[in-house]
Amino acid sequence: MRLKAIAAFAAALLSGTCLAHAETITIATVNNSQMVVMQKLSSTWEQKTGNHINWVVLEENVLRQRVTTDIATHGGQFDIVTLGSYEAPLWGKQGWLKPLDGIADYDYKDVFPSVLQSLTEGGKLYALPFYAESSFTYYRKDLFQAAGLTMPSNPTYAQIDQYAAKLTDKSKQQYGICLRGKPGWGENMAFFDTLLNTYGGEWFDKGWNAQLDKKPWNDALTFYVHLLKDYGPPGASSNGFNENQALFSTGHCAMWIDATSGAGLIYDKNSSQVYDKTAFTAAPVDVTPNGSHWFWAWALAVPATSTKEATAKEFIAWATSKDYINLVGEKEGWTTLPPGTRLSTYSNPDYLKAAPFAGAVKTAIETADLDHPTLNPVPYTGIQYVSIPEFESIGTTVGQLVAAALTGQQTVDSALKQAQASVSSTMEQAGYTQ
Amino acid sequence: MSYGVAKKGSPIAGTIAWIVALLMFFPIAWMVLASFKTEVQAVQSPPLIIFHPTLINYRDIFAEANYLQFAWNSIAISVGATLLSLIIGVPAAFSMAFYPTHRTRGLLLWMLSTKMLPAVGVLVPIYLLCRDAGLLDSKTALIIINMLSNLPIAIWMLYTFFRDLPKDIIEASRIDGANLRQVLVHVLLPLVMPGIASTGLLGIILCWNEAFWSLNLTAHSAAPLTAFIASFSAPQGLFWAKLSAASVLAIAPILIFGWISQKQLVSGLTFGAVK
Repeated sequence: MRLKAIAAFAAALLSGTCLAHAETITIATVNNSQMVVMQKLSSTWEQKTGNHINWVVLEENVLRQRVTTDIATHGGQFDIVTLGSYEAPLWGKQGWLKPLDGIADYDYKDVFPSVLQSLTEGGKLYALPFYAESSFTYYRKDLFQAAGLTMPSNPTYAQIDQYAAKLTDKSKQQYGICLRGKPGWGENMAFFDTLLNTYGGEWFDKGWNAQLDKKPWNDALTFYVHLLKDYGPPGASSNGFNENQALFSTGHCAMWIDATSGAGLIYDKNSSQVYDKTAFTAAPVDVTPNGSHWFWAWALAVPATSTKEATAKEFIAWATSKDYINLVGEKEGWTTLPPGTRLSTYSNPDYLKAAPFAGAVKTAIETADLDHPTLNPVPYTGIQYVSIPEFESIGTTVGQLVAAALTGQQTVDSALKQAQASVSSTMEQAGYTQ
Repeated sequence: MSYGVAKKGSPIAGTIAWIVALLMFFPIAWMVLASFKTEVQAVQSPPLIIFHPTLINYRDIFAEANYLQFAWNSIAISVGATLLSLIIGVPAAFSMAFYPTHRTRGLLLWMLSTKMLPAVGVLVPIYLLCRDAGLLDSKTALIIINMLSNLPIAIWMLYTFFRDLPKDIIEASRIDGANLRQVLVHVLLPLVMPGIASTGLLGIILCWNEAFWSLNLTAHSAAPLTAFIASFSAPQGLFWAKLSAASVLAIAPILIFGWISQKQLVSGLTFGAVK
């Protein structure tokens, strides 16, 4: 009896000690399918470690503003933040993030080197990738077959133009192509930048002089406006990823050039009516393959203001691990895996069997070269963005002018003239040029 | 006579009123319908009017987020901020209405001009103040900010209600031996109670719908229902049905509250309008 009491006392003491070590961490994240799954499965980690997670889920742009304010003012409200490959190096350089190199037992070698590179600045890794994406072409194989067309494995934009013309039947609300038109640096400009790159254009020359009044910009914008006006859905200037996913998954688009991370959603019977009629091919090219498909990684990082660094790192190591990816496959289905981060994902037979798009995604991610995004040499990295802090502002301004050209509010020439003036002025004020 | 004319014109006026009401109600009705659809049904074109309703979105929302905590935060912040603004606003409006100086009008206009300042312009200073006071992610910070933000409107409304009361009423009460506090509490307040009620109701609605400060100053503990809706907005992934369900849950309490109190709200807003 006495022994039992001592044992109970010892157990209580031990559990008390465990609880004393347990911590509560706050994670700021975006709301997308992958993050929702992470939230759901994180209880596994909580049970294993005794720690607790408070989730702050916000829309992408709100999250960016919210987290920037908190980190810049040393608010210290978050222990982990979700950020992209645009922010990680810039914030790391500012000293806003804690480096994540050297986490014990973390399998860095299994992560795509290009993905790790995109989250590194000055030789230090500032975030670990949760999932990564490139862009490629979704197309309706049934419509192609009915029209007697064959989609090549590396289509050109001239071919896309021809196919879109043949597959557009507006009387049936069937549109040849769906593309992003909603203004924003991460919206219409994500696609438009890849089009510009492959047309041989660039944002800046080696001296940081704006190049928006040059021929490739004019050619690319003229082609973009033509494609969407003649073969796109009505109101294309309001369409972002979600709207186009809705149009494609309900059978209204013959082709759609967008994020590879959408493939799992298009292949999901619960969210798509064309899951068995869709095929994938590379993003189209024109004069150069450089920068013809984008690269983006959503990653987890620890703000420099966090006081719970060890626990935060422990969670990040778990959520970006091979074990987590397998857990998602087993619990949520293999098509919903966080794609594009680990080499082992692409040798997993369960995933390869369930996701026929896996090979195309891997190729797209591996061939997206952030260091050589354009035909001519440029002073910046980044494919669908320019890795400078000013890009968020200039990308959004130019995105609005591109949308204005699309809606016909401005001509291509006047939109680009205004864009050139605006970008030149910003770069001059920021001290890049004189 | 005029009543008869109004009755004669009522079919046309009634039709217009119905059309306007239906147009205004349409987005809400559409949102409620979408909340009972699957994600694929919600984005279907042409839209589905007849469908088999599902509660899956509501089930997912309750599984993913702690709705009751968000709702409680909204209630505490709205009621707290409104009560504070009334406690400060009533004496301020009373003094301006009954003891005006040559600067009263200017003061009232200056107070209203603070509403014209874009909130984002003072985000960083207020964020730093909250950080240094340890008020980040606290209901107290939002109560104070909402109170300050709605105080000009509350004072303006209350001022117009007090101004409509006859000045002689104070003198009469004073002759009867009442002091200033007794005049305010026992004579004037009962008379302007409909006005105070409508000011309070409007304050609660404004606080309930406030999103900018809620999103920027809260994280987990003090986040109200506006942050709850924002958490279901997604740039990648179709969550329209789920977002609709979250929106229905967020507006339901204030909609019911507004429905119940609409009589008081209307009577308060038209208080003193017809003499």
